[in-house]
Amino acid sequence: MDENNKKIGAVMVVGGGIGGIQASLDLAESGFKVYLVEKNLSIGGVMAQLDKTFPTNDCSMCILSPKLVECARHRNIELLTRCEVESIEGSAGNFKIKVKKHPRFVDVSKCTGCGDCAEVCPVEVPDEYEENLANRKAIYRPFPQATPGAFGIDKSGACCECMQCEKACKAEAILHNMLEQDIELNVGSVIVFPGFDEFEPKLREEYGYGLFSNVVTSIEFERILSASGPFQGHVVRCSDKKTPKKIAWIQCVGSRDSKIERGYCSSVCCMYATKQALITKEHSPDIRTTIFYIDMRAYGKEFDRYIERAKLEYKVRYIRSRISEVKEDAKTHNLKIKYEREDGELVTEEFDMLVLSVGLDVSRSAKDLAEKLNINLNSYGFARVDSLEPLKTSRPGIFAGGVFSGPKDIPETVTSASGACALASALLSSVRGTLVAEKKYPAEKDVSGDIPRIGVFVCQCGINIGGVVNVPLVVEYAKTLPFVVYAEDNLYTCSQDTQDTIKEAIAQHSLNRVVVASCTPRTHEPLFQETIREAGLNRHLFEMANIRDQNSWVHMKQPREATEKAKDLVRMAVAKVSLKEPLGRISLKLTSRGLVIGGGLAGMVSALRLAEEGYEVYLVEKEDTLGGQAKDIYYTLKGEDVQKFLSKLIEKVTSNNKIHIFTAATIEKIEGFVGNFKTTIKLNSSLKELEHGAVIVASGANEYQPTEYLFGKDKRVVTQRKLEELIATKKLNVSNQSSIVMIQCIGSRCDENPYCSRVCCSEAIKNALALKKMNKQVNVYILYRDVRTYGFKEDWYQKAREQGVLFIRYEEDDKPEVKLNKDKLEVLVKDLILEEKLLISADLVVLSTATVPSEDNKELSQLLKVPLNEDGFFMEAHAKLRPVDFATDGIFVCGLAHSPKFIEESICQANACAARACTILSRDELEVEGIVAEVNELKCKGCRLCKEICPYGAIDVELKKVLGKEKEVARVNPALCKGCGACSASCRSGSIDLKGFSDSEILTQIGALV
Amino acid sequence: MADFEPKIVGFLCNWCTYAGADLAGTSRMQYPSTIRPIRVMCSGSVDSAYILRALLEGADGVLIGGCHPGDCHYVSGNYKARRRVTVLKTILKTLGLDDERVWVRWISASEGKRYADTISEMTAHLKKIGPSPARKLWSL
Ligand code: FES
Repeated sequence: MDENNKKIGAVMVVGGGIGGIQASLDLAESGFKVYLVEKNLSIGGVMAQLDKTFPTNDCSMCILSPKLVECARHRNIELLTRCEVESIEGSAGNFKIKVKKHPRFVDVSKCTGCGDCAEVCPVEVPDEYEENLANRKAIYRPFPQATPGAFGIDKSGACCECMQCEKACKAEAILHNMLEQDIELNVGSVIVFPGFDEFEPKLREEYGYGLFSNVVTSIEFERILSASGPFQGHVVRCSDKKTPKKIAWIQCVGSRDSKIERGYCSSVCCMYATKQALITKEHSPDIRTTIFYIDMRAYGKEFDRYIERAKLEYKVRYIRSRISEVKEDAKTHNLKIKYEREDGELVTEEFDMLVLSVGLDVSRSAKDLAEKLNINLNSYGFARVDSLEPLKTSRPGIFAGGVFSGPKDIPETVTSASGACALASALLSSVRGTLVAEKKYPAEKDVSGDIPRIGVFVCQCGINIGGVVNVPLVVEYAKTLPFVVYAEDNLYTCSQDTQDTIKEAIAQHSLNRVVVASCTPRTHEPLFQETIREAGLNRHLFEMANIRDQNSWVHMKQPREATEKAKDLVRMAVAKVSLKEPLGRISLKLTSRGLVIGGGLAGMVSALRLAEEGYEVYLVEKEDTLGGQAKDIYYTLKGEDVQKFLSKLIEKVTSNNKIHIFTAATIEKIEGFVGNFKTTIKLNSSLKELEHGAVIVASGANEYQPTEYLFGKDKRVVTQRKLEELIATKKLNVSNQSSIVMIQCIGSRCDENPYCSRVCCSEAIKNALALKKMNKQVNVYILYRDVRTYGFKEDWYQKAREQGVLFIRYEEDDKPEVKLNKDKLEVLVKDLILEEKLLISADLVVLSTATVPSEDNKELSQLLKVPLNEDGFFMEAHAKLRPVDFATDGIFVCGLAHSPKFIEESICQANACAARACTILSRDELEVEGIVAEVNELKCKGCRLCKEICPYGAIDVELKKVLGKEKEVARVNPALCKGCGACSASCRSGSIDLKGFSDSEILTQIGALV
Repeated sequence: MADFEPKIVGFLCNWCTYAGADLAGTSRMQYPSTIRPIRVMCSGSVDSAYILRALLEGADGVLIGGCHPGDCHYVSGNYKARRRVTVLKTILKTLGLDDERVWVRWISASEGKRYADTISEMTAHLKKIGPSPARKLWSL
């Protein structure tokens, strides 16, 4: 192979938003060097500006910031901020890329982020991070958690070159004459996530944005809600800084509007507006909130439930309407909104504040970037991708995702980021591990026998904690506790600069134990443990007090009690940590093989990708054949041939010698843990054991079998899938007079299945268009509740309307009826515009049936020990940032097993699972936590009770000399012990303990509490 | 007795109930601030001594929260917990302590509401039966 097509084990990620961050971390963890290129001063993207995220109301910065920190400290990631791609040469596997580095005028390696420079800077300019609602200095850091944490100077007209900052900077980090630089990099693949910019509402000036001071965009409102925002989280309007009494949201501003070249739906606005209304209510319950919308597009997992909560619990008012005019009252600066109700009536109502739910425009840098990278865009300027290859751009070796390939929410962006990594990693699997470095830690300080010196860090979490709990009081209290030598509060304890503060405090006050009082250890413990490890302390000399998720958030109206509880929790944590001893980590061998459960489309894609990434895969399918639900789908909305794709995929999977397929096989038992699973499957009544290091659950879902609307009783009532089959196999003839009525939401959004099945609206439109293609005159009716054609699917909805497909809305409590009149089929539905019943005679009634969870989910979830959500689908570790992981390491989920979704979304998830699994399988050995049981041999009587009780056979009893005497004692095999503590709880002599959760540690916690 | 605020010690398993309690937080479900949670890896690791200790130290109630039957992350820890608490309750009775002060509840990671409801219910119940006599009885 000659020099030029030698593959390179490095990847460039363009765009430092949450998508680019996730891609960088996944690649860096699977053996690749990563260059993360970001045009701004800091990574973080739009997510860093958001206050909360739907539908879990997680604080956006709180979940993002650990990722920022991880990116900054990762040995395999090089952050290139203030950088832009200039040109690219070469081909997949080996690209040469020129990057332009704009001067920041501050030396990142010297700047300590102290802010002395900004203090003295005389120039104030509008702050774009605050959406111009506040000012910043000419030398600035976009936000406190910015990564890197260094400042930068805005010389695009702001800086007056007074050199004050240079004088103020003790670190001598300021370089006013820094020059632009060209950097040349050699990478094997490029992943593009330029993200989005919000729509500029000046293009829709009828809403008065820019003219009326109390009209703001949703992203501005996000900053208004944020505790670290321009008004410290107080909901006020701009004209008089008073709390408004009535706020309205107008949906679809810059979306679903072909007049301004934005015919697509932005996919996220219905949910974020609901979130904003709900959070507003939480801030000030007296504010009345109204959302003016066209269709409520709550199509995602747990979305409909969120809307219901907003309606019922928070009394958010939803009005289906079209806005005809917004006027301002010149005296009060209130806004008069004139809207047309669904029944055609015009109504005017006054509000004190108006939020425009602006859509997502593709990033303004995308066009230029696409030209430089030579990749194709679609008519709206987004990356052109195929539904069946949703992560590939038009140029081989360059992958894309996030909003760049279509409007998306955070979890889908994160999923596509991981998915793009799988493709890059498959392309470069032969050079994996060639350009990466080992992480080096300082030697661990020996603290055994030392008197505890504890540092306590209490997080304000913006106002998430500080708004309820009196944090300074808790800090003062902490200082009085035994062994506490240092305590402080932080605005965000998880930010990059606080990590440095913690390290400094450890050095300065010779701390040997640390307590952080903040959110939940389930998400943040690893971050802080890493910090203290970097400061030379063992990871286990650490404890967290959960004063947010289990305190300030659940006692929002009881500040006094919450403060008391926070003190108690801190006291308990301090008591526990003072007894903690360093624990070792154990290195284990692992089996670099994957197991994929389910041979449908998602399962096959992830199996194939893992194989291409270089790992053997077991693919287990319960049916006799591969293919799953996709067998019944013939074409996509865009017209791609699904059956052709499927048979090619089956062919690739069956001919790949790394993939071992077991059909008609069931899972009997799953044992073990990340890196070392042992699964027993049943194959024609014989059992077989498989060893593997990761599991991907792709077990699919079922189609709801209707009992309503004469289904099964009259042959002319069919499901949407049956109709598709009839069309595709040319078994259906339609004449000019034919009348076909489709009824939506059969088995979805009802009491039994309160969720939306996501695909049915688009599937109905897809088939309606196919019918119209067969005969333009055919009458097609779609009876719907909301048309949920999100993203570019909206184009097809508009097309269907243009072609004369009739859309009639019905209400949940006034469902259509299907009747037999002699032998004629009739559908009766109430027309909400005309307020009267319509009778439609039908040749065919088509039911859009729900996607329901598989009946096997329960059993599988118990075998795997992973949870299901209330609807019976598998529940991921975190709805936003860990969308395909389970909380249990080494197990992942994709496709319909996760929730209803389109083929392209299943493919993204399947790829994402392969990438996530690869972060485990690519390692040589696995470090596991030292939380295992330990025997005190002096006390042990050798009674064998623990041996019997241990569910893992990790305990044996052996003859041993203890203090000169031979006796029988228990011995724990740390490789088998999972740290459940069952042995220790049942040991009668109290001689077996779980490290990290020992009897003495828990008893002191109890003692400290009461 | 009207202003008596009970103190509850909670032993919550890391995989289900602790996660459920976090979910109650992210969903902003409000419940009385009576519980002091202690995270344990599994309900099966809750030693009877912990429960006794908590009651003797003056807790008015003890909640053991684990995964639903069949869902325990460690196969059968929750069954072990249930058995252990059943035995403990008979001992509590002979000690003259209310066995209604010790609750075992299966609360999964998706049941934030169930967690919040449990705390509200338990608080109301303890308010009804009054403060634990243990502290007075046993303190020396
Ligand atoms: S892990 Fe939850 S009860 Fe065992």
